[in-house]
Amino acid sequence: MTQALDEIKIGGMGASRKRVEDNRFIRGKGNYTDDIHLPGMLHMEILRSPVAHARITRIDASKAWEIPGVHLVLTGEMMATRNLAWMPTLSYDTQAVLATDKVRFQGQEVACVIADDPYIAKDACEAIEIDYEPLPVVVNPMQAGEPDAPIIRDDKENQAGNVIYDWEVGDAEGTDRAFEQADVVSRLQLHYPRSHPSPIECCGSIADFNRSTSKLTVYMTTQAPHIIRAAVALVAELPEHMIRIISPDIGGGFGNKVPVYPGYVCSILASILLERPVKWIEDKTGNLISTGFARDVYLDGELALRRDGKILGMRMRTLADHGAFFSDAQPSKFKIGLMHSTFGCYDVPVAHLAARGLYTNKAPGGVAYRCSFRVTEAMFFQERMMHAAANDLGMDQAEFRRINLVRDDQFPHRTPLGFLLDSGQYGACLELGLKAVGYEDFLRQKEEARKNGRLLGIGISTMSEPLGAGNSREYDILGIKMFDSAEIRVHMTGKALLRTGARGQGQGHETTWAQIVAHELGIPADDVTVEEGDTDTAPFGMGTYASRSTPVAGAAIAMVCRKVRAKARKLAAHLLEVSEEDIEWELGRFYVRSAPDRGVTIQECAMAAYSNMPDGMEPGLENNAYYDPPNLTWPFACYIVTVEVDPETGVWDVLNMVAVDDCGVRINPMIVEGQIMGGLTEAFAMSSMQFITFDSEGNCIGSNYMDYLIPTSWETPGFELHGEVVTPCPHHPIGAKGVGECAAVGGPAAFVNAVMDALAGTGVRNIDMPLLPDRVWEAITERHDVSGAPPVRSDG
Amino acid sequence: MYPSRFRYEAARSLDQAVRLLRDGGDEAKVLAGGQSLIPMMKLRFASPELLVDINNIPGLDYHHADPDGSIHVGALCRHADLEHSGLLQSRQPTMAAAAPLIADPLVRNRGTLVGSLCHADPQGDWASVVLALGGSIVAHGPDGRRTIPAADFVLGPFENALAHDEIAVEAIIPAPRGAPAGGYLKLERRVGDFATAGVAVAIETDGAMVTRAGIALTGVGGSTIKATAAEAALTGRPLTAETIAEAGRLAAEAAQPKSDHRGSATYKRHIVRTFVVRILGRIEGTQERAA
Repeated sequence: MTQALDEIKIGGMGASRKRVEDNRFIRGKGNYTDDIHLPGMLHMEILRSPVAHARITRIDASKAWEIPGVHLVLTGEMMATRNLAWMPTLSYDTQAVLATDKVRFQGQEVACVIADDPYIAKDACEAIEIDYEPLPVVVNPMQAGEPDAPIIRDDKENQAGNVIYDWEVGDAEGTDRAFEQADVVSRLQLHYPRSHPSPIECCGSIADFNRSTSKLTVYMTTQAPHIIRAAVALVAELPEHMIRIISPDIGGGFGNKVPVYPGYVCSILASILLERPVKWIEDKTGNLISTGFARDVYLDGELALRRDGKILGMRMRTLADHGAFFSDAQPSKFKIGLMHSTFGCYDVPVAHLAARGLYTNKAPGGVAYRCSFRVTEAMFFQERMMHAAANDLGMDQAEFRRINLVRDDQFPHRTPLGFLLDSGQYGACLELGLKAVGYEDFLRQKEEARKNGRLLGIGISTMSEPLGAGNSREYDILGIKMFDSAEIRVHMTGKALLRTGARGQGQGHETTWAQIVAHELGIPADDVTVEEGDTDTAPFGMGTYASRSTPVAGAAIAMVCRKVRAKARKLAAHLLEVSEEDIEWELGRFYVRSAPDRGVTIQECAMAAYSNMPDGMEPGLENNAYYDPPNLTWPFACYIVTVEVDPETGVWDVLNMVAVDDCGVRINPMIVEGQIMGGLTEAFAMSSMQFITFDSEGNCIGSNYMDYLIPTSWETPGFELHGEVVTPCPHHPIGAKGVGECAAVGGPAAFVNAVMDALAGTGVRNIDMPLLPDRVWEAITERHDVSGAPPVRSDG
Repeated sequence: MYPSRFRYEAARSLDQAVRLLRDGGDEAKVLAGGQSLIPMMKLRFASPELLVDINNIPGLDYHHADPDGSIHVGALCRHADLEHSGLLQSRQPTMAAAAPLIADPLVRNRGTLVGSLCHADPQGDWASVVLALGGSIVAHGPDGRRTIPAADFVLGPFENALAHDEIAVEAIIPAPRGAPAGGYLKLERRVGDFATAGVAVAIETDGAMVTRAGIALTGVGGSTIKATAAEAALTGRPLTAETIAEAGRLAAEAAQPKSDHRGSATYKRHIVRTFVVRILGRIEGTQERAA
């Protein structure tokens, strides 16, 4: 009897296989956009607006043209002659490529210079003379909604004020009735401050237009190369087969590298005009002040509660600051992303959400920063609201959640705002988290410490979020359905090449995808090469963001492997000289049902596909699959944080953090844990220090790493991870759910709730993030809430 | 991040460096650790025409104590050298406390104490420490050397008392006459952030009595602030809960903070007071812990 393959040994499902991509990354051998040098390549720099809102009265680039080594100066006026001064956004708006009429945010692209080297290009940018006539500045959506607010988008014919949309979902009247019947109504108002994904590698592109072949090749920092190819075809009016987008190694994306940016468009036009490769590499400030930000939403809502703790209804209003152009990267039919996924994990009978979005004089491009389209705001509000409501009821935080979490026997669960949750064991996750953190013990410690003037607190956050858009019925970007794809070629010797329409940027696709192949075909993961990111070779896909790759592309990989296995079965029947019905499959091997010792390996089948196929069979062993998921996947998480607050300084320290994640079947547990740790770090960042704010003149505070604070290993606390609860996704071929962003989405509320718990009894209901020491101290000392966008304080 | 065009010269001796600076005039800058200058050049906040690199000049990377007990820190002594210095651990508590709090490990590996003093950033930590300790700076110029007290060295934000052809070659911390004690505390939002507020305390005691008190404040004014009233309130008196509280109150009064994104003026003043009290309260031999 042949020994069955050990799936862990071949690097299959459940193996904590080391990341194969790290071999080159940790040796400094990654190949990023800026590492690519083409013969005759020129360099582009962008000149940005120093002011937030002003009419451009004069641009004089003559001194820039005179500088030796300058090849081209592009201005909005020149772009306009080619109909490229404006471009469409992913949310059916338009965005200026280079400003023509006025500038609408600090850092907006006004001109660019293409020169022999970036130093000359930068010198020439400084030599361009521009006169700005200042206009009144709008820095938040409340100002933008004032009747006398300056109209930011006066370029749009039918734009009366600054409102972009009013959008609602749910049952308003039914919700009103629920509130009429409530014993207690609990209300909370919050601001989720603006932040920026801030990948270490900034955005950049190398456009290389070859006149002799008419082919445009663009190396680009993009998480979604196929969408970019479609966009370039539409914007630049080039035939799609003459456009090749290559996304080389990416130094972090976090959603920042989904949109189309003016720099990409300018480098492409410059290459077409100059017929030479043009490289643009953004600097850190350019990245922070002009590219896709995240959050910046004011959230206001209420829970209708019965005295015993049961939630009867939920109402929520959101006011979103979209900046100067509505260029959010999100499924097009939704205006405020998947905000209506809020309260999904609780059994809420009726709910209503009203959303309004406004233009301001701030950078555009709300992106899903490690989140599935605004679910971070949705879950943060949910869990802060739960905390406040439990306090209003005088009820224990854990008990209030126990009463309201969707029970295991309620799945599939339809939420009042329209989602269908597939599966979960919410109660088990909560209990596991409470046990791990020592909940009851900590509550006692907290009371003891309080007697000595020490402030201890504990915060819980439980949530389930929708990951893995589409299905294609509901989710599309500008009409392109949100499916994904995989293609596999099994070579003669049983080694394989796998390509997908996704594009990893640190998630470990090259490792994980090979493990799915190993699981489905029994080919050792080390025998599988994974390639992504080249539109000339990869199958069409929607790219990697919003934790969608494993739910969608990962499923496509399983499906394409099954197609290949079906063909291999025919080859096995041929080799074993039995009929196909008599063949059984075990990992990596077909055998004769009645004689299990008689079998052939998948590798032997692969050889036969090229050397010994039956008459009439098409040679080769390869296939592709497009996967349109039936639904989103719904992982669940329970995060619990304990803190101590120093009442004298407002400084708070994390004592312990416990994370329980049920993300279905874990393909590579080590990579999953890495993703969770990264997400928790970002959750800690949001709650403690990481934000962008603006002064009243629209100057961006947070334009470099001196002001935009990302925690280091020094500040970041340790995390205790638990993955014991596993609820496979019922509709995913291998039972996996998305996980990459859960911790960043659900984590922030746990930190904030912990600090608020430490302040219980002071009458303080809310401190908005980030909980910088001065804000916490102010709340403790003045005994009032500290709310709203963190102000840039000034004494005069 | 592309700086403007500049010329670079690597000097082999102090005299050569001084000649290069003299020839370069106002547009020449000395490059030591480069931890402030290079970022400023990359952001084009500074565009010197000439950089005179002194890193290859031998004999400047020392720190040692003279037989009289004074501590001497050379122009190329890195923060990291001071962080790991046994000398400071055993003899100079205020400096020993400050060294590990300078910026982050990468900056500490390259940056220098003397360079930090010359940069004259009101948020520079060493300026407060050296001021509290009553230190001085030795300048090397075409006509030889002169010693400038730290109190006279900083003329304003980012402005020092050096002539354009002078190089600061050494910082001197005078020998204590009593038993040295003190510390440095700073509140920063994150490692490597500039101080929201910082406090340097350096006292000398004889028995229970404070014989000398130095208190200087970081990041709460247009330049480093010497809290002279707070110093006077301690000198010639024992450290008690009352004197400590009084020193904290007077130091907070001496602060001239501005509200900004690091915190309100009220908060920064409060932090100054809290830190003065904490440092003094932790000094061993204090009879009662400060309230």
